[in-house]
Amino acid sequence: MPAEVDAGLALLSDQLILATVLLYVFAMIGYALDLGFGRSKVKARAVAEPALVTVGGGTAAAPPASEESSAPAVKAPPAWAMWAGPVAVGLSWLGWAANLGSILTRGLAVGRWPWGNMYEFVVAMCFAAVSAFLFMNLRYRIRFLGAFVMVAATLGLGFSVRYLQVQAGPVVPALNSYWVAIHVSAAIIASGLFIMAGVSGVLYLIRKDTSVRLPSLADLDRVAHRAIVIAFPIWTFAVIAGALWADKAWGRYWGWDPKEVWAFITWIAYAAYLHARATAGFKGKAAMIVQLIAFACLLFNLVGVNIFLGGLHSYAEVPG
Amino acid sequence: MEEVEQTAGERMAGGSSPDSTSSRVSASVNTTLTEKKPEAGPAKLGPVGWARWFWRTLTSMKTALILLFLFALASIPGSIWPQRGVSDAMVVRYFDDSPQLAEWLDRFWLFDVFKAPWFAAIYLLLFLSLIGCVLPRTKAHLRELRKKPPAPPRNLVRLPQHASFESDLTVETAAARLRARRFRVTTGPDWVAGEKGYLRETGNLVFHVALLGLLVAVGMGTLYGYRGNVLVVEGEGFANTVAAYDRYMPGQQVSAESLEPFSFALDDFQATYIASGERRGQPLDFEAKLKVTDAPGAPERDYALKVNDPLEVNGTQTYLIDHGYAPTFKITDGKGQVAFDGPVPCLVAQPANFTSECVIKVPDAQPEQLGLLVAFRPTTVPLNGDWVSVFPGAANPTAQVYGAFAGDLGLKNGRPQSVYELDPASLKKMKPLVMKAEPLAVGKKLDLPGGTGSIEFTGVKEWIALQIAYDPGRMPAFVASTLAVLGLVLSLTVRRRRVWVRVKDAPAEASGGSGHEHDRKHVEVGGLTRTEGSDFSEEFAEIVSVLNPGVKDAR
Ligand code: HEM
Repeated sequence: MPAEVDAGLALLSDQLILATVLLYVFAMIGYALDLGFGRSKVKARAVAEPALVTVGGGTAAAPPASEESSAPAVKAPPAWAMWAGPVAVGLSWLGWAANLGSILTRGLAVGRWPWGNMYEFVVAMCFAAVSAFLFMNLRYRIRFLGAFVMVAATLGLGFSVRYLQVQAGPVVPALNSYWVAIHVSAAIIASGLFIMAGVSGVLYLIRKDTSVRLPSLADLDRVAHRAIVIAFPIWTFAVIAGALWADKAWGRYWGWDPKEVWAFITWIAYAAYLHARATAGFKGKAAMIVQLIAFACLLFNLVGVNIFLGGLHSYAEVPG
Repeated sequence: MEEVEQTAGERMAGGSSPDSTSSRVSASVNTTLTEKKPEAGPAKLGPVGWARWFWRTLTSMKTALILLFLFALASIPGSIWPQRGVSDAMVVRYFDDSPQLAEWLDRFWLFDVFKAPWFAAIYLLLFLSLIGCVLPRTKAHLRELRKKPPAPPRNLVRLPQHASFESDLTVETAAARLRARRFRVTTGPDWVAGEKGYLRETGNLVFHVALLGLLVAVGMGTLYGYRGNVLVVEGEGFANTVAAYDRYMPGQQVSAESLEPFSFALDDFQATYIASGERRGQPLDFEAKLKVTDAPGAPERDYALKVNDPLEVNGTQTYLIDHGYAPTFKITDGKGQVAFDGPVPCLVAQPANFTSECVIKVPDAQPEQLGLLVAFRPTTVPLNGDWVSVFPGAANPTAQVYGAFAGDLGLKNGRPQSVYELDPASLKKMKPLVMKAEPLAVGKKLDLPGGTGSIEFTGVKEWIALQIAYDPGRMPAFVASTLAVLGLVLSLTVRRRRVWVRVKDAPAEASGGSGHEHDRKHVEVGGLTRTEGSDFSEEFAEIVSVLNPGVKDAR
């Protein structure tokens, strides 16, 4: 592994990450405008699939409790508002490309996998979350989540640029292994999907019956479940790959290091969510709460363990 | 552990589904339904009744879930307090800092969470519960696998998915088309029943059995495996015997003779660091050059031991886990005799620049024993009248005596002493000779006052800390966890579904009049799936269009 760092590429990577943040912010505004002024999802659906809308849920009936929410739904949306959504999606793809570029250039600059410290790890995780959103959007039309995913990604990137950024450079010997490609990539992909699910979960809980502008409970529930069903096996794989690496690096495959403990807890919590959702009478809100507990465990493992508990993971040093 | 109380057949048919339609159907369709509910508290039961009640409760889904949660909760303290065997030094510090609290925590095994009886109780109950639900489910699933899909319910229209159309479809072609879609099919005089997705339950069972296998593998490792630590200085060697270890942790079933009889010598250790820039001093690579002898009498071979790349001899792994400096000293006593000559492994005080603290005990010194405290700095520069190390590599190594004592080291009073520490009680009774000397460069000597002797800094060596581990459960654990993932993926992605087709002669008014031919039939199709959160309607529509080609959506 070369010890030299290509300064030009490293700088390009730093600039690309700023571009990413800007593009995500603009995309977020676009999504917000789309939610606020575009065609109301509930109305659109009510016309398209009358059979599926349950009366009494307050959604289809949309009582004129708050004028703001029901008034624009009645009027045809302004022409520019029709464009807000597609433009936002375009901007997100641009931001996604910049994000990818930033990760690639950083990797090329240092000649290794670009997730060797907290900064690089969080950037990659935000990228994974946005990828999860954009690719799921290709298939399932979940544009309604865009604003919220972008908020999460922007916060994550902003936080890591502000507090975690370290100069590009080689990693300590412990991380110089092909297992980085396997274990960490899997952890990143799973985390990205879990973030999507977490965002849906938060929305699910704060959504009021009268907020016709927000995605419906059923949609949120479906997105969260789909993301977790994909993410859970990947997460399991990441943990097992971690155990294989630990067997090579630390002399045991499992030793209840704090990160291992919390990976295990997170795993159980998501398993509990899947069980809860499959168990009659425990669906909906209760399952969603279990999901968010699992998500909190995940975040604690990604951030909290590194800061408060320490352990053997040597990537986890946070610059002071 | 999904729906443990229900048999496979009941699961897919919708036993506890809130959807009234499908549960009504399942009641009429399904005969294998055996709902095992933990019975309400046994009021007047004999011991057998109690045992049965206990077993039922233990193996119920709810109990398993609760135990699973407890398992997760119980492991949290293990991440909060330092654990013996993981971070022993921190446990010791905890006892030093707050002895009373530490003692109480210790009473509840909070420094040994993963070996605590209450922790063991949780996972043993959990696995008992797992066995209790996996066994009957496996039996039910095997039975299920040999069974034909059941006959259709009377009224297909009441199923969650249904469609009907007029066509010339026969029972045979319907069966063939369903078979082409990999359905398992049975036929009746006027009906076809198809079912697929058995792999879901298979995967689920594989997953749970694999978890049991994992526990067995881990148990095997702790019983038949061992782990030890040893510190080796350049130029020295190690032979794998219990006595050679600094710390040795055998499983209960390990005997001293079962240790793999290999040995090695450490020729050289090399650490490479970044020399300049913001990351100056960050390690780049560690390499220990070993000469390994796999068994007594076997030829010697070279091995470059690195991080992430353990030495393996017949399943026993040797890991490079730490390193430090071992400066060499020659100490002459008051009588002019060489009382000590060799390397002194030092503890790393500041990992960033490897400023290290060395303790030299010289019990052979005459007329009085000597104890010395030395600061070792690999790259020494003066700073404000003091000295610091600015780089972890040994570019300008110095050794500074900051404490030299003569007197009784207290080695004979029977109390165990750390080699890295002068016993504070004895130290108080010793006579201080030097409290802070100038740092010595390699080859330089410091005379101790009063003719008590001299210390010469003769060179720099390095030490490595090794962990040597033998764990016969590694491969089984790997196989079990791989199977667990495969099973998990199957049980999450496959869905069990049933489809029924009933072919009736079309009613007269439908076939007459509008010029239909006589073999036109009225075909009803119904389908259901019990997998929550999955959308069967899309696939069902596909199936209908396969049965009735030419018509896009028959609903
Ligand atoms: C599930 C949560 C986990 C996450 C998010 C995670 C993430 C990471 C990351 C980001 C790295 C650093 C690699 C790099 O930056 O180049 C890493 C390294 C590593 N992980 Fe994990 N990990 C997790 C769990 C585990 C588990 C459960 C194990 C072991 C059983 C494990 C074993 C390792 C090992 C051995 C290394 C490399 C050695 C080192 O950092 O000193 N990890 N992990």
